Amino acid sequence: MKIRNILITLVSAIALLISASTISFAKVVGDKIILGAAVSLTGKYSSNGVHTQNGYNLAVDRINGMGGVKVGGKTYKFEIIYYDDESNSGRAAQLAERLIQQDGVQFMLGPYSSGLTKAMAPVTEKYEVPMVEANGASRSLFTKGYKYLFAVLAPANLYLDVAIDLAVEKNGGKPVKIAMAFEQDAFSQDVRLGIVEAAKRTGSKIIIDDKLPKELNDMAATLSKVKATNPDVLVVSGHTKGALTAIRQISEMKVDVKMLAMTHCDAAKLSKQHGKASEYALCASQWHKSLSYKDKFFGGGMKYDADFTKAFGYAPPYQAAESSAALLVYKDAFERAQSFDTKKVRDALAATDMQTFYGNIKFAEGGQNVSKPMVLFQVSCNDDGSKCENKVVAPTKWASAELVHPIPSWSKR
Amino acid sequence: MDLLIFQAPILMVQASMDGILLGILFSLIAYGMALQWGVMNIINIAQGELVIMGGYIAYFMYLSGIHPAFGVIVSPIIMYCVGWGMYKLVINKVVDKDLFTSILATFGISILAQQLMNFAFGADVVVAQSNFGTTMLFNNSVTLPNAKIFSGAICVISAIILVIYMKKSKLGRAIRATAQNARAAKILGVDTEKVYAATFGINAALCGIAGACIAITFTLHPYTGLPYTVRSFMIVIIAGLGNLPAVAISGMGLGVFEEWSDYLLGTEFRIAAVFSLLVIILVYRRFKLARKREYLK
Repeated sequence: MKIRNILITLVSAIALLISASTISFAKVVGDKIILGAAVSLTGKYSSNGVHTQNGYNLAVDRINGMGGVKVGGKTYKFEIIYYDDESNSGRAAQLAERLIQQDGVQFMLGPYSSGLTKAMAPVTEKYEVPMVEANGASRSLFTKGYKYLFAVLAPANLYLDVAIDLAVEKNGGKPVKIAMAFEQDAFSQDVRLGIVEAAKRTGSKIIIDDKLPKELNDMAATLSKVKATNPDVLVVSGHTKGALTAIRQISEMKVDVKMLAMTHCDAAKLSKQHGKASEYALCASQWHKSLSYKDKFFGGGMKYDADFTKAFGYAPPYQAAESSAALLVYKDAFERAQSFDTKKVRDALAATDMQTFYGNIKFAEGGQNVSKPMVLFQVSCNDDGSKCENKVVAPTKWASAELVHPIPSWSKR
Repeated sequence: MDLLIFQAPILMVQASMDGILLGILFSLIAYGMALQWGVMNIINIAQGELVIMGGYIAYFMYLSGIHPAFGVIVSPIIMYCVGWGMYKLVINKVVDKDLFTSILATFGISILAQQLMNFAFGADVVVAQSNFGTTMLFNNSVTLPNAKIFSGAICVISAIILVIYMKKSKLGRAIRATAQNARAAKILGVDTEKVYAATFGINAALCGIAGACIAITFTLHPYTGLPYTVRSFMIVIIAGLGNLPAVAISGMGLGVFEEWSDYLLGTEFRIAAVFSLLVIILVYRRFKLARKREYLK
């Protein structure tokens, strides 16, 4: 009996110790600010999840290496607790609970993809924990009245509407005929809404409006319709699969269209996988290394590109750049708030108005970044297609190359 | 958008050709499924994963500088071994159990295969380039990628070879005997264990051929196997087991129907149209069967 009592005491003491240590593992420990993040390290988003994590890590190292975060006269360093959400939105929501409840995290970073961000946002909102996210662009994230969600990236409906404006401009200001094919997921349908609005604004006519089922990797019928109706612009958005399928079938079926605008070109490694067939594709991007934004941590885009490549052995896609920017936003907000109170930090985040290497950041009421326009780049290849480059062509302010318009027909390529 | 059929009637030919070439590919996968369903009474949920695996073999050949079209030779050989191994490891334990057990087992294999492929090959969508060019017909208005024509031809050839093999060879006879009555075949000296393993291997090899074709015509991703499973399942249901011409016809028919409904109604109705057709066919079948039963009474 005695031994049993001792055992119980011992076990409860250990349990108490463990629980105490997890509590002390909370938001700020010693000189460390603990951030929590669930990213997709396995599952279908794992490549972009890794880009996200690399982007976070690079920024943490850089900020810590350059003096850290100064709050109340003391210097703090960032540290991130990562969990793998397995590309599963249910798991992401669970992990958000776990980070906040068990690990005591009070400041969150976003996961990869709109879907997972959507799953986590209600949780962070419930506990009133600020979340700065860099990879959820779906418009529905910003219309729910979330108070603690901040996105450094432009919302999905602004991804490709620039392309429509560009097409109208090239058409001498006259309305254009638009063909579009969008996957049936939250993100792509938001991109579609942006196009619909742009069409309304410019008086353009949408002649094909296809919604691709998620499991489909065949666009032949859509492209037949394009051949039949001869539109001025073809817009495609269906993540990396959509981009790769579109280029493959457009080049194989020799579909001539004056302008081809799409998303996810660099995530799909379009020019690497398709070479010259991907030439002239116009791609929406949150960021491009040639943009002339600057900050004191990464310098400019070119420097970021070089540093990232040195650290991880591959050129940063924009998913990594925007993730790094999220950390810069946090640092800025902490220093302005001069506090670790979540409400004060939240207010400081809401008042953010800064320039980073990734672009200007200023949050609208809904939490989306409204001061950074999307850029469009065009894939441009050398003669034998062995080397392709992405060159920014719009908006004009950032353009490093002239838009090739209309796209030369296949018989001349 | 109004009535494309009148605007460019020639493109109906395009849609039909695309549909037939797509259908041939599906038919081959469905044939594999029908074969092992008929012989072993197993519905293989991991069928699509076998296809994707075969595709990755062609893709890695492409990466190492070999033309991916040779995948249609290498991939079935490797996949035969994979299928054989799969039988020896898992399937032989569920082959004489009820259908539910085997569905569960193959479902498990499917999830495992997805995760392993994701782990081994990465989560990127990949394509292999065949650089086969394009065949233009009717004054360039119908464009058929040669890679698709090549795939179609390969599928037809492999199906024909298999049919001849099943008719003429000893193993083919043993497989057919086992399909008819496994117990009787066993009594007459057929090593059914070996027959089952070979059947599963042949099924995997067929998937391997189809996968290599998909690598050069469509895209590959570890999680995109399921549509192939579902589609081949559908084709087999419509065609019935052990009826090869019916499998080919229903595969191509579904392909054409799919492309047409996409072309005329819009992509969002494509899969819905195919499934509605399936429902109609099944209801019609039931109706016909019921009438036959009444007649028998």
